[in-house]
Amino acid sequence: MLEITDLHVSIEEREVLHDINLTIGDGETHVMMGPNGSGKTTLLRTIMGFAGNEVTAGTIVFNGEDVTRMPLHERAKRGMGMLYQRPPTIAGLKLGKLLDVTAKDRADRIPALAEELNMDRFLDRDVNAGFSGGEIKRSEVLQLLVQDPSFVMLDEPESGVDLENISLIGNATARLLEKDQHIVHRTKSGLIITHTGYILDYIDADYGHVLCDGVFKCHGNPREILKSIKTHGYQECIECQRM
Amino acid sequence: MPADVGELKDLSEEDRTRLALAGLNVEMEERSGSFFQVDQEIRHVHSGTEGIEVLPIAEALLKYDWLKDYSWKAVDKDKDRFTQFVAKQETQQGFVIIARKGAKAIYPLQACLYLADAKVQYVHNIVIAEEGAELHLISGCVSGAQTKSGAHIGVTEIYVGKNARVTSTMIHNWSASISVYPRSASIIEEGGVFLSNYVCMQPVRHIDMNPTATLRGKDAVARFSSVVVGLPGSTLDLGSRALLQAPGSSAELVSRMITRGGTIISRGEIRGEVPGTKGHIECKGLILKDGMIHAIPEIAGLVVDTELSHEAAVGRIARDEIEYLMSRGLDEETATATIIRGFLDVKIRGLPELLQRQIDAAIDSAEAGF
Ligand SMILES: Nc1ncnc2c1ncn2[C@@H]1O[C@H](COP(=O)(O)OP(=O)(O)OP(=O)(O)O)[C@@H](O)[C@H]1O
Ligand SMILES: [Mg+2]
Repeated sequence: MLEITDLHVSIEEREVLHDINLTIGDGETHVMMGPNGSGKTTLLRTIMGFAGNEVTAGTIVFNGEDVTRMPLHERAKRGMGMLYQRPPTIAGLKLGKLLDVTAKDRADRIPALAEELNMDRFLDRDVNAGFSGGEIKRSEVLQLLVQDPSFVMLDEPESGVDLENISLIGNATARLLEKDQHIVHRTKSGLIITHTGYILDYIDADYGHVLCDGVFKCHGNPREILKSIKTHGYQECIECQRM
Repeated sequence: MPADVGELKDLSEEDRTRLALAGLNVEMEERSGSFFQVDQEIRHVHSGTEGIEVLPIAEALLKYDWLKDYSWKAVDKDKDRFTQFVAKQETQQGFVIIARKGAKAIYPLQACLYLADAKVQYVHNIVIAEEGAELHLISGCVSGAQTKSGAHIGVTEIYVGKNARVTSTMIHNWSASISVYPRSASIIEEGGVFLSNYVCMQPVRHIDMNPTATLRGKDAVARFSSVVVGLPGSTLDLGSRALLQAPGSSAELVSRMITRGGTIISRGEIRGEVPGTKGHIECKGLILKDGMIHAIPEIAGLVVDTELSHEAAVGRIARDEIEYLMSRGLDEETATATIIRGFLDVKIRGLPELLQRQIDAAIDSAEAGF
């Protein structure tokens, strides 16, 4: 599904990601952890194709196609989708209207999905304007369900979400990733950023990665990595060089 | 324009479309009355609502002696050369609408001022809503598809009586060679509500207006909203003023402007003259391509306990908003148009649904051009 090779990324002339290599196969879910400011969001935004994240070296190949220089919406059309850690507010644009434009001919699914995520009351509100932290995440998940990407990137889907809504978001995320399908039939893949690991209670992740200072420090079993970070913090990862 | 055009529906297909864009319904569906003037000739006058009278001003002045207490009282004859020009004409042309005490029109009354061949079209209109009356006016000012040049000068005096409610929605559909000088003013009595909405999405050479609302009665409310696009060659000098002269009165002036090469000057002024008054000006502009937007919001508090504020912003569409929509699969052009449509989406509190739809349609009609 996704193959990143020797990727270097700069923001405003400062290199934020150094020599990143990552391969995500069809149907796989990967999680990424790492201290604040280590470059996790930057990696997701670079894969998605945001301007401002300049690829100075390396390649991003998506389903066999080199997308390194491809515009954002072309990548979205090819199946990439992203849940934002901090999405912008768009004054005047109603969430319902946004969903309509993105859904194109599948708009009939919107009401049921909105209800499922408890967002039906928000369709008439401006996108993200005055949404609470949890409401923003629900709005983001709803947008992704409507968009229905084959490669799902989630930037801290559970942060700021209360316990009740975590299960709502967790289950919706599992659906996004076709977790109900057997791995053999599953085509959707994911890359999920998490600090707490709560999301792992709803989706079984296959691989975990730790990013420190723009470099991958560790790859392995996500639950084990999480356990180690919870007890020893990131210092251990920074010192450890298990690749 | 052929001389045998008596009613709106006798106009050519092209002109009817232009009228529809200005919110005018030629079949008179969902309208409670209408007034239709071509150049200086009144073609059609009708009211279908009890207690509401629509008549040409010359006739009205003869019929009702008391009307002289309303004529040139809200607007000063000597305000400027345009009002002077209209005042010095021997026969006044335009409409008078009188909504008697408690009369309520469910559907809007439409006034169509159509500029065909005349060099100058001038009108003097008076709208009176007596105590507790409710009146919704939609005026479309349109020039014919074939009209090459000309000027329109319109004086409109609006009197909102005690606890009366008047909404005035004006959708302009001129052509690139026409200059327009509306001169209007309103006086709002105790508990009265006046909403004024202006939409101009089509080219015009020059438009210059700055209507004043005088809130003379306790708890009177005035709200002005405008949505305009400045196209290359257009100069739009638009403003609105509210004078808060009674306790509890409040005003809100909201404008959304985009320019694609035109010049837009957006004025707004609220004066808090007595205690217990409130006012807010919100003016937002986007410069899409060339052009200029000059926002001049002014607030003047003359006493303690008047609360006035303004916010003005002129800029471009934020890149992160465009990219947000692009990451959902929209190409850059569609993403931009979607954001602009949202930016222009002003929902007007207290405006009948039908009129809001009319405004939305006028804005949508220009959407493709962004
Ligand atoms: N637009 C920007 N301009 C300047 N610096 C930026 C910009 N975006 C990110 N950075 C910097 O790049 C580095 C990586 O940021 P990034 O947002 O990727 O971190 P993160 O790992 O997602 O952190 P967190 O866990 O706090 O979300 C940080 O030092 C950040 O300040
Ligand atoms: Mg982040």
